[in-house]
Amino acid sequence: MTLFFLIAAALTIVGTAAAMSLRNPIHCILSLTLGLVGLAVLYLQLGAQFVGFTQVLVYVGAVAILAVFAIMMTRSAGSPQQPAFSRSWLSGSAVAVVVFAVLAWAISSALPSTKIVPPQPAVSVNQIGDALMHKFALPLEIIGLLLTAALIGAVIVAMPERRETP
Amino acid sequence: MIVPDTVDQIFVLSKHWLLGYVPTALQPIVSAILSVAPVLVVFPLLFAITTVLERKGLGRIQNRYGPNRVGPYGFSQPIADGIKSLTKEDIVPRSADQVVHLLAPLLLVMAAFLAYAVLPIGRNMVLTNLNAGVLFFFAVGSMVELAVFMAGWSSRSKYSLLGAMRAVAQMISYEVPLVLASIVVIMASGSLSTVAIVNLQASYTSIWPHWFIFTPWGFTGFVLFMIAATAESNRSPFDLPEGESEIIAGYYIEYSGFKFALFFLGEYLGMFATSGLAITLFLGGWAAPFSFLTWIPSYIWFFAKLLALICVFIWIRGTLPRLRMDQLMGLAWKFMLPMTLLNIFTAGVWHFMPSGFTRWLVCTSLLIVPCLLLSRGLKQRKKLQIRTYRFAE
Repeated sequence: MTLFFLIAAALTIVGTAAAMSLRNPIHCILSLTLGLVGLAVLYLQLGAQFVGFTQVLVYVGAVAILAVFAIMMTRSAGSPQQPAFSRSWLSGSAVAVVVFAVLAWAISSALPSTKIVPPQPAVSVNQIGDALMHKFALPLEIIGLLLTAALIGAVIVAMPERRETP
Repeated sequence: MIVPDTVDQIFVLSKHWLLGYVPTALQPIVSAILSVAPVLVVFPLLFAITTVLERKGLGRIQNRYGPNRVGPYGFSQPIADGIKSLTKEDIVPRSADQVVHLLAPLLLVMAAFLAYAVLPIGRNMVLTNLNAGVLFFFAVGSMVELAVFMAGWSSRSKYSLLGAMRAVAQMISYEVPLVLASIVVIMASGSLSTVAIVNLQASYTSIWPHWFIFTPWGFTGFVLFMIAATAESNRSPFDLPEGESEIIAGYYIEYSGFKFALFFLGEYLGMFATSGLAITLFLGGWAAPFSFLTWIPSYIWFFAKLLALICVFIWIRGTLPRLRMDQLMGLAWKFMLPMTLLNIFTAGVWHFMPSGFTRWLVCTSLLIVPCLLLSRGLKQRKKLQIRTYRFAE
């Protein structure tokens, strides 16, 4: 429980909480981004540089921008008119509390009585690259093929339809 | 060689000397401050110098004088500009989103400064030698897009929103060739650490350095990287986001006073940082260009290369006209992307072929022939002809 952990945790919790409670969808996305950055800081603190930087690169650089664009293209970005709480907030929060209680009970009962501290693995970027290129080469290729197909599909969807000349 | 070594390491040595006077408990934080403070001073100063150089250089190119009133030859102009922007009224539109409007320039400058954490500006002079340094650089660079969007959206102005949309679309498109162009260096050096990449290039065969630019794939990678870097930093000829004739000033149209200056600063800092990365990846970082010039301190070489690249940026800005939006996207996706992929393939071929003249021939033709074919193919569809202009007499 160092100071850095507390800061990162506070960043994550405040960001995600604000993402749920703010009214303006753009504000929600921006605060969600803050939460994701907090997660990246947590990864970095655990020594996972690659995961942490990829988190920032993918979520801040791509996902947040994509979400922002989607909102801007589809609706006017003003504040919504309906009230902040929906009418079923009581039952909803009751369900959430029950789910949380069940999960917490399951996790706490599954914990071993003696604390096992696993040796901290030192994963460098080189090892991740080696694993991707040797052990997981086939899954990587399949994912690459799938993404390329998706990309081509997106281009075809976005292409202007050619009118047949009479 | 003892005296030159001391001169080369003078900043590192003086930092250690200063740290000796600090109690042990405070040493980590004082060390961090001593490392960060010079970066926070030197690069904004470089920004100030660059603004004068750019205005004077553009003036020469366009056959006029440029600033020549403040100080000798107008070189104190940035001081006057700084005082002006500090004392100007800070106007925030009434309908603007106050919080986001305030945060956008701060985030932009913060992201721009963070990128300097992994740039080695001299021997043993890097803030953090990260295992995944290049990845960190691009991760931080992607935060700039969010800042640009925040600025454009929070102003609640159609012009700034359009400018932000253009800027974000352009930056996302050119980030792909930027990253792909730098992958060849990562392949060749087998490391994502900027320090390791520079160390690999800092050796010599007789007098010639081992810079990556002196290989076919390195040269192609450097050219592609610089084109993408120009687009990433929204500079001419890719300055559509701030096209004055269409959308006035783009995403920072509703900013005034010091916030506007912060945008300017962030933009130039981003340009310096990407140039610095280009130097680190392709131009040997702080390494001297010839083995008999190693007595000149390493940081001087870094800043000399940086200034040279800045001059190229200014020269390009004064020379080329602005692209159209479809030309911009076409260049990124139809030309840059295939060329970067081909460049990665060529770097692989280069790695596995025995060194010699054949390797040079094969790799160069692997790059030049498709480049020519691609540009021919792209040109064929368009009816290019000499334009005739008619002016009102």
